[in-house]
Amino acid sequence: MIVPLVVGALLGLYLSAGSVDTTIYLHGLLLTAFCVVFIFRVIKSDGETGGPADPNSSINYNDAVVRAGVIATTFWGVVGFLVGLVIALQLAFPVLNLDLPWTSFGRLRPLHTSAVIFAFGGNALLMTSFHVVQRTCQARLAGGWAPWFVFWGYQLVILMAATGYVFGVTQGKEYAEPEWYVDLWLTIVWVVYLLVFLGTLWNRKEPHIYVANWFYLAFIVTIAMLHIVNNLALPVSWFGAKSYPVFAGVQDALTQWWYGHNAVGFFLTAGFLGIMYYYIPKQANRPVYSYRLSIVHFWSLIFLYIWAGPHHLHYTALPDWAQTLGMTFSVMLWMPSWGGMINGLMTLSGAWDKLRTDPILRMMAISVAFYGMSTFEGPLMSIKAVNSLSHYTDWTIGHVHSGALGWVGMVSFGAIYFLAPKMFNRERLYSLRLVSAHFWLATLGIALYAAAMWVSGILQGLMWRSYDALGFLEYSFAETVDAMHPFYVIRVVGGGLYVLGALIMAWNVYRTAKGDVRTEKPYVDALAQPAGA
Amino acid sequence: MDYTTVAEFAQTWGLVYMFAIFIGVLIYAFRPSAQKKFDRAAQIPLKED
Repeated sequence: MIVPLVVGALLGLYLSAGSVDTTIYLHGLLLTAFCVVFIFRVIKSDGETGGPADPNSSINYNDAVVRAGVIATTFWGVVGFLVGLVIALQLAFPVLNLDLPWTSFGRLRPLHTSAVIFAFGGNALLMTSFHVVQRTCQARLAGGWAPWFVFWGYQLVILMAATGYVFGVTQGKEYAEPEWYVDLWLTIVWVVYLLVFLGTLWNRKEPHIYVANWFYLAFIVTIAMLHIVNNLALPVSWFGAKSYPVFAGVQDALTQWWYGHNAVGFFLTAGFLGIMYYYIPKQANRPVYSYRLSIVHFWSLIFLYIWAGPHHLHYTALPDWAQTLGMTFSVMLWMPSWGGMINGLMTLSGAWDKLRTDPILRMMAISVAFYGMSTFEGPLMSIKAVNSLSHYTDWTIGHVHSGALGWVGMVSFGAIYFLAPKMFNRERLYSLRLVSAHFWLATLGIALYAAAMWVSGILQGLMWRSYDALGFLEYSFAETVDAMHPFYVIRVVGGGLYVLGALIMAWNVYRTAKGDVRTEKPYVDALAQPAGA
Repeated sequence: MDYTTVAEFAQTWGLVYMFAIFIGVLIYAFRPSAQKKFDRAAQIPLKED
C-alpha cells in the first residue's frame, strides 16, 4: 500500500514542478497531499482498517467505510442540490451570474451535474454497494486498505473535477467534463473498486450471489468500459490540463451519447436498482416479490440499455438507421423498466399498511413510483416525432429531474435513513417525523419542478416551430426566453423545497450520529398495535 | 463489406442473437428445478444485519 502511495506523491510533485498551467500545478500538489496524508493514516492506524458497527457482530464487517459513506453522501447531496438551486436562480435572474467567470452558469452547471450524479449518487453507490455486498455474502470487504483507497480516491476525483470546472478546465463532453489526468486517476480508483467488489464476492459464505450484487457488478464493469472509451484523448502536454479527444465529428457525438445514456442506464439505474433490491425487502421485512422476475429484469435491462444512446442524436448527422435503432431499443426498455418497478412495489404487497407507519419505506416506495414514471417518459421522448418537439427544450430537464430527484434521490435518502442508525450503532433514527417532513417537502418540490418544466418545455418547443402565414418564424429566440421566466421561478421554489428537505435529512443524520433521540409522537402507539406485534 | 451487408447482418442475426439470449434467460429463470434455489436466494437480505 505504501509504495504506490509514495510513487503517487512523487508523481504529484513532478507534475506540479513541470506544470504549464495553474490547474496542473494545484492538482499535482493536491495529489501529493492526498498520498502523504494517506501514508500517515496507514502507518498511524497500524493495520486497523475498520471494524463492524455492532461490536457483537459475528463477522468482522468493515462498517467504518460505509459510515464514512453515509457522511459523504449526505454532505455531497446538500452541496449538489444547493449548487442546483443557485443555477436555477441564475436562469430566472441572470444578474446572479455576478459577471465573474468563476460563478457563471456555464461553469456552475457541470459543477451541479457532477456534484449530484457523481458526488452524491456515486457516494450513495459506494456506500450501499460496500454494505450490501458484505451482508449478502456474509464476508468482510476484501483488500484491507483498498476500500479506503476507493473511498478517498473517489473524493479526490470529485475535488479535482469540481475545482477544475470553476477554473474553466473541461473536455466539453456532457457528464465527462473532467480532463485526461482526472480520468486516469478515476480509472485507477475504479479498477481497485472492481477488485474489492469481486474479492468480496469471491470470499462469500453464501453460495448464491444475491441479485442486488449483479446490478452493482453490471454498474461497476459497464461504467469502467464507458469511461475509458469515451475519454480516449491525447493531452497537449503531459504537464498541462488540455487534451483533445481521439474521435471527431459524428463518431465523437455517438461515442459521447453511448457514454451519456449508459451513464443514466448503468450508473443512475442499474446501481440504484441494486439499492432497491436490497433495502426495500430489508425495510419492509419481506422478500422481493418475485426473484425470477428480478433475473429477467436484470438480463433484459443490461442487454437493451446499451443500444439506446443514439436517441440523443435524432435529426443530426448520425445515419437514420442508427437513430431508429436507438429509438427502438429505448421503446423496448419499457418492458424491463416496468417489470422492475412492479417487482419493487409489489414487494410491499400484503404490507401496504406499513406505508402509513414507516416514512422510510414510504420514501423508498415513492422512489420506485418515480422510477416507473420517468422510465415511461423516457421511451416516449425517444420516439422521433415526440423528440422533434421535446429535444433541446426544458421538457428534457424536467424528465431528468423526475428521474434524478424522484428515483435516484429518494431511494438514496431511504438508504441513508436505513444505514445511519445501524452504522453509528444507535438504537434508532433521531426522528421519524422529520423523515416524513423531508418526504413531503421533496415530493412537493419534485411536483413543482417537473410540472413547471413540462409546461415550459412544451411551450418552448411549440414557440420554436410556429410559423406565420408567410412562412416566417413567429417568435424570436428572445421572446421564447422571456416566456420561460415564470416557470423558472416556479422551478426555483420546487428546488428550494427539495434543498430544505435535504438539510432536514442532514440534521437528522447528525443528531442520529450523536446518539440523540427526539421526543415525538410515535407512528404506531402501543394501544393501536395488534396483540403479539 | 458495404453498408447493405452490415445492415442485413444486424437486422437478421442481431434479432436472432437478442431473442436467443432472452429465451435463455427465461428458461434459466423459470425452470421448475430452480424454484427452491430462488426462494432461498430471495431470503438472503432478511437473514441478519
